[in-house]
Amino acid sequence: MNARRTARGLSLHAVVWLIAAFVVVPLIYAVISGFKSTGELTTNPFGLPEQWKIGNYTGILGDGMFWRQIANSAGIAIGTTVCTVAASAMAAFVLARYAFRGRELFYTLFTIGLMFPFAVAVLPLFLMLRTFGLLDNPLGVILPQAAFGLPMTIVILRGFFRTIPAEIEEAATMDGCGKLRFFWKILLPMARPALGTVSVLSVVASWNNFFLPLLVFNDPKWQTIPVGVQQFQGQYSTDFALVLAYIVLAMVPALAFYAVAERQLIGGLTAGATKG
Amino acid sequence: MPSLVSTPTKERTEEAAPTPAPRQARPRLRGWGHWVSVAWFLVPALVLFLVFVLAPIVVAVFTGFFKWGGVGPMDDFVGFANYTKLFDDQVFLGDLGRGLYLIVLSITVQLPFALLTAVLLNQKLRGRAVYRMLFFAPYILSEVVTAVLFTMIFLPGAGMADHLAGLLGLEGLRGTWLADPSTVMPTLFVVMIWKYFGFHMMLFLAGLQSIPTEILEAASIDGAGPWQRFRHVTLPLLGPTIRISVFLSIIGSIQLFDLVWVMTAGGPNHSSETMAIAMFQFGFKRYQVGYASAISVVLFMISLVFSLFYQRYVLRRDLSGAVTSGGAR
Repeated sequence: MNARRTARGLSLHAVVWLIAAFVVVPLIYAVISGFKSTGELTTNPFGLPEQWKIGNYTGILGDGMFWRQIANSAGIAIGTTVCTVAASAMAAFVLARYAFRGRELFYTLFTIGLMFPFAVAVLPLFLMLRTFGLLDNPLGVILPQAAFGLPMTIVILRGFFRTIPAEIEEAATMDGCGKLRFFWKILLPMARPALGTVSVLSVVASWNNFFLPLLVFNDPKWQTIPVGVQQFQGQYSTDFALVLAYIVLAMVPALAFYAVAERQLIGGLTAGATKG
Repeated sequence: MPSLVSTPTKERTEEAAPTPAPRQARPRLRGWGHWVSVAWFLVPALVLFLVFVLAPIVVAVFTGFFKWGGVGPMDDFVGFANYTKLFDDQVFLGDLGRGLYLIVLSITVQLPFALLTAVLLNQKLRGRAVYRMLFFAPYILSEVVTAVLFTMIFLPGAGMADHLAGLLGLEGLRGTWLADPSTVMPTLFVVMIWKYFGFHMMLFLAGLQSIPTEILEAASIDGAGPWQRFRHVTLPLLGPTIRISVFLSIIGSIQLFDLVWVMTAGGPNHSSETMAIAMFQFGFKRYQVGYASAISVVLFMISLVFSLFYQRYVLRRDLSGAVTSGGAR
């Protein structure tokens, strides 16, 4: 009986290990390969480097372009998140706590946005941004990203705002607190966990976006990290080890952010995917 | 005041309120002021949404009726010609087929794999929190980073995949991967699984954790083995989660772009082209903007019709309201 249980435990572990290897091996391969020369990468793909070359990594870190792309991505992510969360929180507030005719209609309008693939909008969006003169302008990425982030953020925030008891609002009203002050001084501070979640989702979505920055930014000085990675691969297509080092470094901020914000991120995605 | 004791919900007080509460000092605000404040709060989101989400769709529909290169006046109205041309195009029909191929594989391979992983990690297992975090990690990486990583892995001659195939005695696979029309789609699909199974695993884990252990115990007492418990208790109770996963997989497969664009750009010889890639090629590389808009509209119609039907007939029993796309494939 006990032996059987042990055997079962072992095979369970074996399967999990196999899946873990599937996930991890490509990542480890990239990290280690970054320490090799491209010549060695071809002759000795799996082993540890004969000599750990740190030149690939230090070279990239010493290059202003890499930091510039990181800064651009970060700035655009912050701008997007501020716009998305501010506009969504306001809209979710009235959609959750005001009674007015057409409220459900507006809510449905926003939720319809959940079904629109970004790929559909990107071509006409480009034409519109060109007309508005927003090409090579960070707003040309921030505003559309914020707009496409609205539906999910509104759904999550409205759900959360509804859970805050009406008694609190009544008590505040009694004490002479207006709607605006209630929103600003009471509701938003109470909603901090939900705001954290939607902010994390927004940052990740913006950080990873490729399509829009690719089209909007022609000037390399605005390039974000995903566009930079693609350009770098094109430019150094034969120096495999260097390209791998570049993507490893590009992964670091995202994985670090994930390590810090894991809970909000997963909570938000599972809630976002299942909440009505 | 009875209304103070019974604490009606906020909507109630504002909607009906037959007896005006004397302490509420500004009853007149219900009229104009009420609407003004609603408008104030709603306008930023509404403007953003109308301008950047809804308007582009309208523009695409409009542009799709013209033969237009993207610059200059749009004066060559062609009606539905772009659409008829589209559905005569073997490559575009192939794009549709490839979308379907990815959908079928996602549902029959990726989701079961994610479900298996979730069931494994739902057991008492040392280090399962670490595994969970690890399996979800690829989802955080941008598609471009993922794509470049796997481009390197599948590089003919130098990549890890070729060496691995050599070690496993699969010499026939060496050098093909992304380079051969017959292997490029399965290869891309493996990358998709790597990137997205963790997301579905998380959904399934959340679903599994909401199943009360009492039910499983009761089944156990009634003599149900592990497989029977899974088949007749867990799986049905996981239904809502599975249906959402399927929905997200399908929507994601239809609009796949970044990963394919960076890895193959639709090649070799259109063999990995998706609808979004075709749209990009025509719109931004070949300057047939009207034609590309028609592709956008078709993509839109497919997503819309599918979403409406799915929500109406499949998700209806699970939840009232909408489903988010969360960016999953």
